[in-house]
Amino acid sequence: MEHQAPPLFARGPAPLVRLAFFAGLAVLLMVLDARFRYAEALRQGLALLAYPIQRLALAPVQLLSGTADYFASQVQLQRDNESLRARQLEAAKDLQTLGALEAENAQLRRLLAARERLPRKSTFAEILYSGRDPFSRKVIIDKGGNHGIQAGLAVVDEIGVIGQVTRVYPLLAEVTLITDKDQPIPVQAVRTGLRAVAYGAGDGATLDLRFLAANVDIQNGDALVTSGIDGTYPAGLPVANVARIERDAAYTFAKISCVPAAGAGNHRQVLVLSQEARVPPAPEAEAPAPKPIKSKRVRRRE
Amino acid sequence: MTGERPHRILRPASAAFMTLTVALALLFNLLPWRDVRGIPDLVALVLVFWCIHQPRRTGIGIAWLLGLLIDAGNGTLLGQHALAYSVLAFGAMALHRRILWFPLWQQAAHVLVLLLVGQSLEVAVRLATGGAFPGFFYFAGSLIAAALWPAATFVLLMPQRRPEDVDLNRPI
Repeated sequence: MEHQAPPLFARGPAPLVRLAFFAGLAVLLMVLDARFRYAEALRQGLALLAYPIQRLALAPVQLLSGTADYFASQVQLQRDNESLRARQLEAAKDLQTLGALEAENAQLRRLLAARERLPRKSTFAEILYSGRDPFSRKVIIDKGGNHGIQAGLAVVDEIGVIGQVTRVYPLLAEVTLITDKDQPIPVQAVRTGLRAVAYGAGDGATLDLRFLAANVDIQNGDALVTSGIDGTYPAGLPVANVARIERDAAYTFAKISCVPAAGAGNHRQVLVLSQEARVPPAPEAEAPAPKPIKSKRVRRRE
Repeated sequence: MTGERPHRILRPASAAFMTLTVALALLFNLLPWRDVRGIPDLVALVLVFWCIHQPRRTGIGIAWLLGLLIDAGNGTLLGQHALAYSVLAFGAMALHRRILWFPLWQQAAHVLVLLLVGQSLEVAVRLATGGAFPGFFYFAGSLIAAALWPAATFVLLMPQRRPEDVDLNRPI
């Protein structure tokens, strides 16, 4: 029988073994998270653990901004008031005609047997802070799953689209901005009606229109709006303006950079638009025939 | 270098104080920064500090858990910080026997290398999974954190430097 003396200083496995174990576990988690999205439950649990610390960290900042708001100078308030009055006066005349136009539009749509566009429900939300991940462009808003926010909803400010909800926590939601690398948004050029997909360029400030032919009809300053063909974004919301076009005969595609219309960095208030109710479900993949012989018979009978 | 500096005998570190410092560093990291680039990662700094000064009481497992908490709180790729912090803890524990014999600014240079390795790991992981390169200013956070090393040493060792018994009649 083999007898082993008890170790004098029990220290567990060697550090290199421990490192290998934990690094392997981390890599496994990363693969699960990035490729398969299996780690969401663990993330939600951990996020709930980190939530009190986050709220605690948010408290002094909110206190500061609250105090600053309170002591906003009266001159500033008066100036804001005047400009708002002027803008309201301008808007009033449009508003008066809007009712008539809406009724007329509804009538015409019915005549055309077009589907009536339902007004979307929207949720008001406030941007709490920008995401702390330097590798992506995200912001955190103060509404979450408890307020009916779902992943995939479009987020707009008063100028245009700023992004899409990508992850929902019970009390918070994470919005990926359209300037994030590889965040796509279907757009249409107002001047020509050209449809394309805009992707974030990765520098955090511009968008790219990829895979458009070098001789495509697009000019500097062209406004891009959402095309609405995906059912996520309502049609006609401003997205970006074309800022620079490089046409090089050596390449198949033109390099088109655009500057986003809405400024996610400037505003705190946003609207989360709920999904359009009447989007038809995506067609299901055809079930494969159980046996090739049977399907042949069916075809012959037909 | 002129001879040996005297090494002060310290009181044992209290687990409550260690936990408190880690919690405060977590709070700092989870502050709503407008742009996290250039912000020193205090959790990494405190972790390296305790791994160097108390290698028996911290470890790679704790570092891994802290990293996971940061990942969930920041909404980054799950496991990204966990991997970086595990390597940091391992590096710090491998260095802990010799690093304390250097003067403080040379210790800071060691720590700078450790933190940069951790950040480079994160960059490598994120670039491999399709992230955008955040620019070289991202690494400024490590420089600032390493520059904070002497201050961190002073603050985090304060409770261990307290005298054993307070004698009010002592001349100095």
